[in-house]
Amino acid sequence: MLTYIVRRILSSVPVLAVVSFVTFWGLRIAYDPLLKFRSARNAATILPIQRKRLGLDQPIVVQWTKWFGKAVRGDLGVSDRTNNAVWGELMHHMGTTMHLVIWGTVVSAIIAISIGIYSAVKQYSVGDYAFTGLSYIGIAMPPFWFALMAIVALVTWPKVHWNLDQPIFYSIGLHGTGRSGVFNLDYYRHLALPVLTLAVQSIASWSRYMRASMLDVLGADYIRAARAKGVPKRRVVLSHALRNALVPLVTVMALDTAFLVGGLIITEKIYSIPGTGSYFLDSLSAGDAPALLGYTLLTAVIVIAANLVADVLYGVLDPRIRLA
Amino acid sequence: MSNADLELAVGAEPVARTQWQLFRRRFFKHRLAVVSLVILILITAACAFASRVAPYDISQLDLSLLGTVTGPSWKHWMGTTDSGVDQFSQILHAGQISLQIGFAVAVLSTLFGVAVGALSGFYGGALDKTISAFTDGFLVVPQLAILAVLLQYFGHSPRVIILVLAGLGWTYVARVSRGQVLSFKEKEFVEAARASGAGGPRIIVRHILPNMVGPIMVNLTLSVAGAVITESTLTFLGYGTQPPDTSWGLMLSQNEGAINDTAKLHLLLFPGLMLLIVVMCVNFLGDGLRDAFDPQATHSR
Repeated sequence: MLTYIVRRILSSVPVLAVVSFVTFWGLRIAYDPLLKFRSARNAATILPIQRKRLGLDQPIVVQWTKWFGKAVRGDLGVSDRTNNAVWGELMHHMGTTMHLVIWGTVVSAIIAISIGIYSAVKQYSVGDYAFTGLSYIGIAMPPFWFALMAIVALVTWPKVHWNLDQPIFYSIGLHGTGRSGVFNLDYYRHLALPVLTLAVQSIASWSRYMRASMLDVLGADYIRAARAKGVPKRRVVLSHALRNALVPLVTVMALDTAFLVGGLIITEKIYSIPGTGSYFLDSLSAGDAPALLGYTLLTAVIVIAANLVADVLYGVLDPRIRLA
Repeated sequence: MSNADLELAVGAEPVARTQWQLFRRRFFKHRLAVVSLVILILITAACAFASRVAPYDISQLDLSLLGTVTGPSWKHWMGTTDSGVDQFSQILHAGQISLQIGFAVAVLSTLFGVAVGALSGFYGGALDKTISAFTDGFLVVPQLAILAVLLQYFGHSPRVIILVLAGLGWTYVARVSRGQVLSFKEKEFVEAARASGAGGPRIIVRHILPNMVGPIMVNLTLSVAGAVITESTLTFLGYGTQPPDTSWGLMLSQNEGAINDTAKLHLLLFPGLMLLIVVMCVNFLGDGLRDAFDPQATHSR
């Protein structure tokens, strides 16, 4: 197992290198790193000095090698926009994003698994058809439009029609002014809509996978054997079948990590949450190349790590799968 | 005339027709797919001929309505906007760009993806390694972020958006078709073709690709949905379509302020509904095509 993990980590280095090199090169073409010096009064004397200081006189491969060498040691350079270290800023914003990631994943997994189990056990019932219909809508719906509709329905409408001073749910930020911490109602009133936005598409697609894999498992011989020897249906479903039906879902969930990062950009923008997604959009509109580069590398590492975790979990959940 | 040609000439006529008949029968059995196809054709036609179909001229403001947003009514099916423009007419015009981008991206990325995937799967070697490294790399970076960066740099005209979206979209198609070619390459009919003297390009075009028509068509359909959603999302973030062009995503982006005013709900509802309907129809159509092309697939629905 350990050798497998180490080998997977080592084999992901070339992928990261390719991704970061392409991004590095592209951003160097798109954004002039000397832009802020070009308009200086003594530009003629400053430019060659700065070019030398930033290493721009060297070939692009050499520049990238230096950058990558520092990056693996946690030094992602300095942001053009804020003049702070990119690594520190990313970690700071990541703290906020993790609220959404953790809650979003937990909420979608629980709901999707429950719907999947229900739909499989009560196949072709009214409830099954209803969830199937809803999942088609959920998959087809642009998440940002869902967010706008949710704000109208759950924030604006109740406030106007019931004449409330404060809306029931908030649509800006994660905390009210002067508040912090996670053990108060204010936090959850802020959290509800962003988490819902992030979860809706995952719930729609994961519940379909869960239904299919549960149906698969429920048709297996060992389930019939368990029923035949008199195990109650409830226990067969929840203990015999569930564990096996979860195996394929884990892979799907991990593969959706890249998708989650995109969802975070939209969610954080609509609900003004200062996480990594907002950091990316702010950096993009400011043309902050070092920050964009750091963001890309970080997300790539996270996606690769999520896939590795999924493969390891796959082996844990299903001992027949040998990792080698 | 080679043996393979002779075989085709003798066997082609009746076999091809029954296949097509079978396909048609299976497709028309999938009622949702047929309904979706009809709705899609209607929407596409209405948008394509928007200047003739639309009840109002969107460049002419209804001055009596200027500044007063009105909800849906018999006169204005989808209500009017802040500037007194009939929203139904505006939606038909905006649909032109949304659908154009959707269809064009799907066709371009499928053509390119299938070509690259087939070549790299069939010939293998250094070409395959390079392309696989490239497509693997694209899997680990968030698409939305990369697309936003590219559009920020290359500009926002519909043509640029199409090229940029297709420029990233082909990687997925390439992966799928590479896998297919890899499995077909080992099949007996390819061996037979090779034994009768057919070269690489001929085997790919005449023997392997016809077997992949099903998955390719399904993929093509589903990537229309993906492209329409991606365009609207990028536009909403400010990196897609820009005025004076207009798309459903841009309408939503411009009407974002309506979230604070329930009287303006229709400004958010209808452009989004159009996106939802188009994407759902495309998905159902894809399901129908998949069932029709693959008779062995389970008809569980």
